[in-house]
Amino acid sequence: MLELRLPKKTPPGAEQADPPGTAAELDPSLAAPAEDAPPAREVVRAHGINFFYGQHQVLFNVEVTAYEREILALIGPSGCGKSTFLRTLNRMNDTIPGARLEGEVLITGQNIYAPGTDVIGLRRRVGMIFQRSNPFPFSIAENVAYGLKVNGLAKKKGEQADVVERCLRATGLWDEVKDRLNKPALALSGGQQQRLCIARALAIEPEILLMDEPASALDPIATGRIEELALELKEKYTIVIVTHNLQQAARISDRTSFFLMGRLVESGRTQAMFTNPQRKETEDYITGRFG
Amino acid sequence: MSATASSLVRVEQAHWGDRVYSWALRLIAALVPLLIVAIGVELYRGSQPSRVAFGWHFLSSSAWDPVFGHFGAWPYIYGTLLTTVLALLIAAPLGVGTALFLAEMAPLWLRAPLGYLIELLAAVPSVVYGLWGIFVLAPWLQNSLEPWLTAHFGFLPFFQGAPYGVGFLAAGLILAVMTVPFIVGVAREVIAAVPVSQREAAYALSATHWDAIWDVVLPSARSGILGGIMLGMGRALGETMAVTMVIGNRPTVSASLLAPGYTLSSVIANELTEAMTQLHLSALREIGLVLFGITLVVNILARLFVWRVTRGIGKVI
Repeated sequence: MLELRLPKKTPPGAEQADPPGTAAELDPSLAAPAEDAPPAREVVRAHGINFFYGQHQVLFNVEVTAYEREILALIGPSGCGKSTFLRTLNRMNDTIPGARLEGEVLITGQNIYAPGTDVIGLRRRVGMIFQRSNPFPFSIAENVAYGLKVNGLAKKKGEQADVVERCLRATGLWDEVKDRLNKPALALSGGQQQRLCIARALAIEPEILLMDEPASALDPIATGRIEELALELKEKYTIVIVTHNLQQAARISDRTSFFLMGRLVESGRTQAMFTNPQRKETEDYITGRFG
Repeated sequence: MSATASSLVRVEQAHWGDRVYSWALRLIAALVPLLIVAIGVELYRGSQPSRVAFGWHFLSSSAWDPVFGHFGAWPYIYGTLLTTVLALLIAAPLGVGTALFLAEMAPLWLRAPLGYLIELLAAVPSVVYGLWGIFVLAPWLQNSLEPWLTAHFGFLPFFQGAPYGVGFLAAGLILAVMTVPFIVGVAREVIAAVPVSQREAAYALSATHWDAIWDVVLPSARSGILGGIMLGMGRALGETMAVTMVIGNRPTVSASLLAPGYTLSSVIANELTEAMTQLHLSALREIGLVLFGITLVVNILARLFVWRVTRGIGKVI
């Protein structure tokens, strides 16, 4: 298996806190970090990604890096390839016939597209939340425990109940559902279902959470709860979130990558990018001139 | 004013057309259940002499003697139910497995041709299956499978006695082959209809392909798969020609699958042209009535069963 040895942690006091490679070039804000900024560990690094559905190329030489315990927002107009890109990070596109990828995606330094990669093990480390909440037609508790079940974790009934409670508490659902854990998950409201899906993803203790427009089907209040939740989860997880809601990206993300027509246009600190975009296309998009 | 009046008239006319149309459709729709009722009534009336002569005893009696006028349907009921159960025991796992392969695993280029081939199984005339049963299946059973079964599983009541080749086992196997395409056809559709989002939810939680199929796809597709099995069961209960050719046509009630037997439909097909007495004819009609009743009851029970297991998950998709 191909393994790139990347510095896991830059020693304290190092002058250059940014990781090597194109990420710094694409991300000028990183080249000049705040003086007391902690050294960031690269958790996700996509390098030279070209992606095809059959003959149709949808991603062109995409470079994206996500650091430990940050929220990276992927923005761009519909059809720009941001969701497709997100799905390359846990190899969810593997299930689509005719899909093909060139390039490499390093998750904590390991290329997940190297031959012999354990895709099942990968998805345990990289959880995913989908655009439309998709709870299973099981009970609330069974939904949360499903990941434990298929991974052969938490064999004892008590342990399982503990995990269910912990994950439901982490998503703020516990008080709402603790009296009906054995009721069907599909009886929950849309926002609750989406938080249940997040709880379900947390149960197998991933390192990275991929969120594919997780609030786009929800009302503003439920959206607000998901955003608060993302900010809380950032304390423990690295989050990559696709959103077409620019305010959302501005509210919650640390850094933003802007996609256009399958190409990465610009990456940077969210605040810097929204106030002072480096590229004309970015400016046009965030000021609402198209998209 | 006149404009309003004329538009009202048009509306009236449209209403009139709608009414005719709606009544015509109701009439047509009512014809189908009426036909079923008419068949039931006709069978009931035609079986009058037999019903008067034997009463309920007809169902439990094993006598079948046209010369002395003793008739009982039990061996035929037994044969029909046994061969149907046997067929479904074989065809249900085979059909669902095939459907899973077609919908989930087969490479794309293989799915359509393989699907057509399996559908073609349903188009083969049953007499052709019967011929294959007589010339290929029965000799193979007699010379290979049945001796092997008696040698290794002879301690079970199901595999005792001399290997005839023809019998319950042969009929069950033939029926299984004839039932599989129905089960595959329906099961494949409902499996493919399980939403992608459900599968992806499972995959994202690091489920294997098998986990996703077993935990997510099959439970969601359960009602449809049961429907397909019911469809196959309807076929197996009534199938006549192929069964008549391989079941041995001897009214036996035996636990052994190797024994020759008889079914309700086979005895009608075999004896209707030879029935001389009024009583014999009406006994055969009563056999028809019994088969009609069994099919009706089994279908109603199966529907209730499907309804029961799908309550609560029916609204998922």
